[in-house]
Amino acid sequence: MSDTLLIHVTDQNGKRHTLEALEGFRVMEIIRDWGLDIKAECGGACACGTCHVYVDENWTPKLYDPLDEEQDQLDQTFHVEDNSRLSCQLIMTPELNGLEVTLAPGTGSGRAAA
Amino acid sequence: MPEIIELSETIETDVVIVGAGPVGLFAVFELGLLDLRAHVIDILDRPGGQCAELYPEKPIYDIPGLPEVSGQQLTDNLLKQIAPFDPQFHFSTMVTALERLEDGRFRVETDAGETFVTKIIVIAAGGGSFQPKRPPVPEIEHYEGKSVFYAVRKIEAFRDRDVVIVGGGDSALDWTLNLEPVAKSVTLVHRRPEFRAAPDSVNKMWALEKEGRVKFRMGQLGSLQGENGELTKVVLKGAEGEEVLEANRLLPFFGLTMKLGPIADWGLNLDQNLIAVDTEKFETSEPGIFAIGDINTYPGKLKLILSGFHEAALMSHAAKRIVAPGERIIFQYTTSSTSLQKKLKAA
Repeated sequence: MSDTLLIHVTDQNGKRHTLEALEGFRVMEIIRDWGLDIKAECGGACACGTCHVYVDENWTPKLYDPLDEEQDQLDQTFHVEDNSRLSCQLIMTPELNGLEVTLAPGTGSGRAAA
Repeated sequence: MPEIIELSETIETDVVIVGAGPVGLFAVFELGLLDLRAHVIDILDRPGGQCAELYPEKPIYDIPGLPEVSGQQLTDNLLKQIAPFDPQFHFSTMVTALERLEDGRFRVETDAGETFVTKIIVIAAGGGSFQPKRPPVPEIEHYEGKSVFYAVRKIEAFRDRDVVIVGGGDSALDWTLNLEPVAKSVTLVHRRPEFRAAPDSVNKMWALEKEGRVKFRMGQLGSLQGENGELTKVVLKGAEGEEVLEANRLLPFFGLTMKLGPIADWGLNLDQNLIAVDTEKFETSEPGIFAIGDINTYPGKLKLILSGFHEAALMSHAAKRIVAPGERIIFQYTTSSTSLQKKLKAA
């Protein structure tokens, strides 16, 4: 399974999870599908900011720059840093194998951790 | 305004639907085919729910029979489809209280001072009620309503005040421009020097900033200082560290978020902030209260608009059995039933 893609996600409690990812899927969808606590209220329409992640600095150069609509949505999101992205706008590709992100405050629904 | 509440009449109805998103709207149709009339309550000022508020322009591809439709088009189509049933809308309204009466019906009260007495309640509230996003600043709730506001209701409340406005959209820019002549000072705070507001407003803001009539700061809210809800200072976090602004009014404009709100206190069985229902009637743990669409949960639930439509149809038949116990419900198709066509004013 050399072509298995993985991403590493640190949750709101600081626990790091390694998740199998599928090419073409949104990083938000991968996080949600594995049962981590991510609100992603709008379902990936870049309309709510509740899938906000911090991208590890080694990985930020490998990402597409955010489009205007992602920037506009980050404007309405709290705790925004230079490495903030909305994970619904990050599409999984082989180049992102090993991507390291951390879920930002405010992304959890407050339910018991998965 | 207690006198208005006392004067308002109680509205008696078959069904109160909480939520005017696509699923709440389609419920009007399915209920209407069974002669059940509905009042529809929504916290937004217009119908459509998430479709209208979050993504009116985004195409939706998975509505059966509509290969591509925008959130706004879908809303408009649903309104046209349900028009024959004359739904009564109550917008900008939140349900605040719910109690069961001795005769089994429910009394519903709203923050607009209305009282409904209804046989059936249908919760079609999606992700919950839309509410302004509250910045995660310690103790901000102590200032809300006194010094911190999420909307401008009375301009006079800002006269001769030091006002800090945070945000980059139309609300932030419009109120920067509109409060500038009234306030003692206006400082606009945003995380970057680009704005999503109308370019004309942005240009006007920069012109005022050049003249020294408004201030602009790049940064984010850090903390608040003051006493007894009266704000005195706002501390900003910027790239070059902290800055303390004299301020006695703060207007944060970060858009809306969805919260379950008072529904959480209705005594219904909840599962991770969703309302547990059966899959035969989509009824909650409380007989007569149904939950359909994204707000409910059951084994295998998919949060799709089409699932909500299906749930609305089955819920309506169960609701009819409660409203008219013993009455025979004849299952009919709109294609062939002249009585349904009459109701739809198609015949």
